Amino acid sequence: MSYEELLTETALADERFIVMTAENRALVRNIPAKLGNRFIDTGITEQTMIGAAAGLALRGRIPIVHALASFLTMRAFEFLRTDAGIPNLPVKLSSFIPGFLSDGNGPTHQALEDISLMRGIPNMTVFAPADEDDLVKMLPQIWAYSRPSYVRINTRRADYIHAPFELGKAEVISIGDDVTIITYGLLFEQALIAVEILRREGLSVGLINLRSLKPVDERAVIEATRDSALTVTLEDHFQTGGLYSIVAEVLLKHGLTANVLPIALNERWFKPALLPAVLQHEGFTGKQIAEKILGYKTFYKQPEIMVPQFSE
Amino acid sequence: MQTEVISVENLKSTALKVREHIIKMSTDGGCFVGASLSAADLIVYLYSEFLDITPENLDDPNRDYLFLSKGHDVPALYGTFAELGLIAPERLKNHLSVHDNIYWHPNTKIPGIEFHSGSLGHLPSIAIGVAMDIKIRGGNNKVVCITGDGELNEGTCWEAILVANAYQLDNLIFVVDRNHFQANMPTEELIPLEPLHDKFASFGASVRRIDGHDFDELHIAFSAFPFEKGKVNVVIADTVRGKGLPSIERRADRWFCNFTAAEVDDLLKELHGEHLTRLTSETLVVR
Repeated sequence: MSYEELLTETALADERFIVMTAENRALVRNIPAKLGNRFIDTGITEQTMIGAAAGLALRGRIPIVHALASFLTMRAFEFLRTDAGIPNLPVKLSSFIPGFLSDGNGPTHQALEDISLMRGIPNMTVFAPADEDDLVKMLPQIWAYSRPSYVRINTRRADYIHAPFELGKAEVISIGDDVTIITYGLLFEQALIAVEILRREGLSVGLINLRSLKPVDERAVIEATRDSALTVTLEDHFQTGGLYSIVAEVLLKHGLTANVLPIALNERWFKPALLPAVLQHEGFTGKQIAEKILGYKTFYKQPEIMVPQFSE
Repeated sequence: MQTEVISVENLKSTALKVREHIIKMSTDGGCFVGASLSAADLIVYLYSEFLDITPENLDDPNRDYLFLSKGHDVPALYGTFAELGLIAPERLKNHLSVHDNIYWHPNTKIPGIEFHSGSLGHLPSIAIGVAMDIKIRGGNNKVVCITGDGELNEGTCWEAILVANAYQLDNLIFVVDRNHFQANMPTEELIPLEPLHDKFASFGASVRRIDGHDFDELHIAFSAFPFEKGKVNVVIADTVRGKGLPSIERRADRWFCNFTAAEVDDLLKELHGEHLTRLTSETLVVR
């Protein structure tokens, strides 16, 4: 099932749902014809869209709101914080092309602080699915939850079949004594490749698809850092405020410490190009991730990386 | 809606009591008294004559809605709520107490306040969302959003008019408390707004401009709602900042006021036309 199919089915079955967009229709092309006046396009007005979504939620609606990640979280930040966060209204944010998924757009479109900003809003919940299968497994619970939510929409097709989702719980793919990679979103695909290479090099490797960044699965984080010699936080986000910070907060809260290697964008934006080239240039392919962890080059071949279907 | 006969004397009497409440809240920490006095007649009129909002129907989805976007005028709303029975008048003595929720900006802990404000340029879009939902459901509720004139500096107010026009929200009325001042100075000296009628009209709104202190004019304007089918309504209510207290009317330095107890006694007399107050308190406390 695709994102659009799930959204259409959900909205047709429950008239509380309203689909909104600030003229970002890539994910909702066929919805206007199906939902009629429960589809609202406010034009290029992220702030007004969020305010109107809060007004609709006041009247008992559940607005599913679409815009590019960068503008949704930053142009409209104060509206999200003030009009959805303070009153704790179920405004559901579907953020398009977050992180590396903005590939060729350039730094204006690079949402690399979205997790940090959104989790800083009281009442807001934050999620990042690994791929389309993960996305459609996660969304029903996220949309059914009474709080505002932020989802890094990721519609990439992958072969991996994910476990059922439980809100606030990570998907623990494997556990390992030597290394555990904790990641979320798009980079799960590369983490699987890295894990395979590390195992061939003889390491015992764990992998966690975090899924829910707020609320976070503290137990999964604590067990990974406790049971592995090295924990790697892997994310297409600034190093400040994202997963590396989340892990640090969890450890500090429980009086723990750990050997953690952050792989993130440290105080910089990435070089705009098509996604496969971005990952290669920035050192985020599975092979490069494995080699960074190993500390030496290998002879494995990096599998081909699919170019995203959408760009806007 | 047909034009019914209204009792201007009753409205004036209520507005006078509301102004007394506002003046009493302008000490012991103070409040934005000038903006509250400019909006007082408007708010009293809307709740008394135009809106179907009563202590009994606050949870009824068919009630009307009022959103106070500029926020600083909330003492006028508290006073009106006390006079119309939405809150107990004794509660106003809790202004700025940690044991109640009566402070400088509106919040939903006060029954009858639909949404909090304080950050300018937000409630026009909240009102749009409510008006959109009413349209989807085929309801007849009216939605009023009161903005300041200084607030119109915010781009989101104009974004909201664009969207309201696009969705033909003729169930929505933006009311501008045009008191001609923003925080520290006259609007026309800082960011000129005129010709304001033409600006709104060019965005597709149906606009009426009236004296916001004249109950007959208010009644004629609001009785014509909806002004034109398919068009968002705008009422520009020309008002006077500090209206009712000549010693602070139209004074740029009397925005936020924290008067002494003695000044409040004198201002209450001034309100009833006795004499001008000799003000000695700090003229401007920037908030």
